[in-house]
Amino acid sequence: MEQLTQLILIFVSTVLINNFVLSRFLGICPFLGVSKQVETAFSMGLATTFVMTLTAASTWLINTFILEALNLPFLQYVSFIIVIASLVQFVEMFIKKSSPVLYKALGIFLPLITTNCAILGLALLIPLNGYNFIESVIFGFGAGVGFTMAISLMAGLRETLEFGDVPDALKGVPITLIIAGIMAMAFMGFSGLISV
Amino acid sequence: MEAVYIYSVLSMGGLGALLAAGLGFAAKTFKVERDERIDKIEELLAGANCGACGYAGCSSFAEAVVNGEAEPNGCPVSGDEAAVKIAKILGVETSSSEKKLARVLCSGGVKETTRDLEYRGIESCKAAKLVNGGEKSCQYGCLGLGDCEDACPFSAIKINDNGLPEVDDEKCTGCGECVNACPQNIITLAPESSQTHINCSSHDPGKDVRKICEPGCIGCGLCVKTCPVDAIILENNLAVIDYEKCINCGLCAEKCPTGSINFTGKRIKEIKITEDCVGCTLCAKKCPVDAIEGELKKIHEIDEEKCIKCGLCYETCKVDAIMLVYED
Repeated sequence: MEQLTQLILIFVSTVLINNFVLSRFLGICPFLGVSKQVETAFSMGLATTFVMTLTAASTWLINTFILEALNLPFLQYVSFIIVIASLVQFVEMFIKKSSPVLYKALGIFLPLITTNCAILGLALLIPLNGYNFIESVIFGFGAGVGFTMAISLMAGLRETLEFGDVPDALKGVPITLIIAGIMAMAFMGFSGLISV
Repeated sequence: MEAVYIYSVLSMGGLGALLAAGLGFAAKTFKVERDERIDKIEELLAGANCGACGYAGCSSFAEAVVNGEAEPNGCPVSGDEAAVKIAKILGVETSSSEKKLARVLCSGGVKETTRDLEYRGIESCKAAKLVNGGEKSCQYGCLGLGDCEDACPFSAIKINDNGLPEVDDEKCTGCGECVNACPQNIITLAPESSQTHINCSSHDPGKDVRKICEPGCIGCGLCVKTCPVDAIILENNLAVIDYEKCINCGLCAEKCPTGSINFTGKRIKEIKITEDCVGCTLCAKKCPVDAIEGELKKIHEIDEEKCIKCGLCYETCKVDAIMLVYED
């Protein structure tokens, strides 16, 4: 029972309080790049969530059974990047086969998940936080859900803004950055919710 | 050697091999069947992914060609040869894709023309045209306020000191934005190799043109008579050139009394028939002034007095027996 509470706490805190995009400022590139349409933004979020969950699981295994067992913690970066790159390749092939439309919509941002710092950040945070296997998977899944939520919210706002009366000087990137800042501040409100 | 090295190499190598095997397996399982022609066409393209065709890269252009969205000759970089091969793969015809450049068909700048009024309004040709057809007396000419300059996405067109647009041939891609932007319709796209241009768009009678514009076409028709290939016709008081027929001999520019015709090439100084001549009489038949004499199967001769040095015989000769000497 206590473990279940712990898992829920980890999930909620990753999604809301320590949201990867809005409070850790990781993964800003796709957050700004693919957030023009809710549909593609959501798909991007799903792809990222998928990669994050798998990354969390595989990096925990590699870290525990290879790196820690052989006392090679300095190889974390190298091995994590290999795993992430392969996973993204795999997801790309999978999406290309299963949904060519989605593949086209995601475009260059799909291979760019590889260089999405949120994913490497996640992989590096797992050993730092000392999570066990299940906790890591929940942590990875939560991070993905948090990312999906942030990017979808952003896309929704930007879609509405398309018809808004934005001053010329703020059109495009500037107003997007301002929104991102306000969203981040709003999410700070969650920080008193629970403490892990 | 310390164990840590061995462990590092072995663990990372093993990990890499494992993932590679997994990806290799996935590549086979999730293989997407693609139209073979796309790959074939992609091989023929330059592969620079420059985007000049308007697509994201060579691969997407190849896909668009197969889907019929793009023309086989849509890639300006790969050249004609590739376009013909691509058309062959698709089983369609293609036209030559010679690069075209924007040409301004007006040479009446501030210095050469008279004006009826002074325009002080919005700095735009479209706006100026609404005010009694612009400053200049000539209602067909360039208004000089630079709508074409603003429209050009490559900064290839600039209004010069004389108030006329100048095209930078290096930068011009022949996209046609300026052609659409010009309210006077005096910009046209001409093949890069064409060296003869009639720089006037006025349909006014010659008498009126003489009064208002120095280099304007007066519709005298001298060029029409001179042209050995009938590439120029008179359309409503204006000489119009057909770039496909023109052989760039420059004769019309020489004859033009007002200088409306701009010839940028070199005139032919002398034409010689070499010993390679097989005496087929093709050139003699083609010569517009009957300056070539010769019997069948004997080397022909050119009558220097009659010859107008148009170069048509050179184009006609099948055995390269005619040599052209150009002026410096």
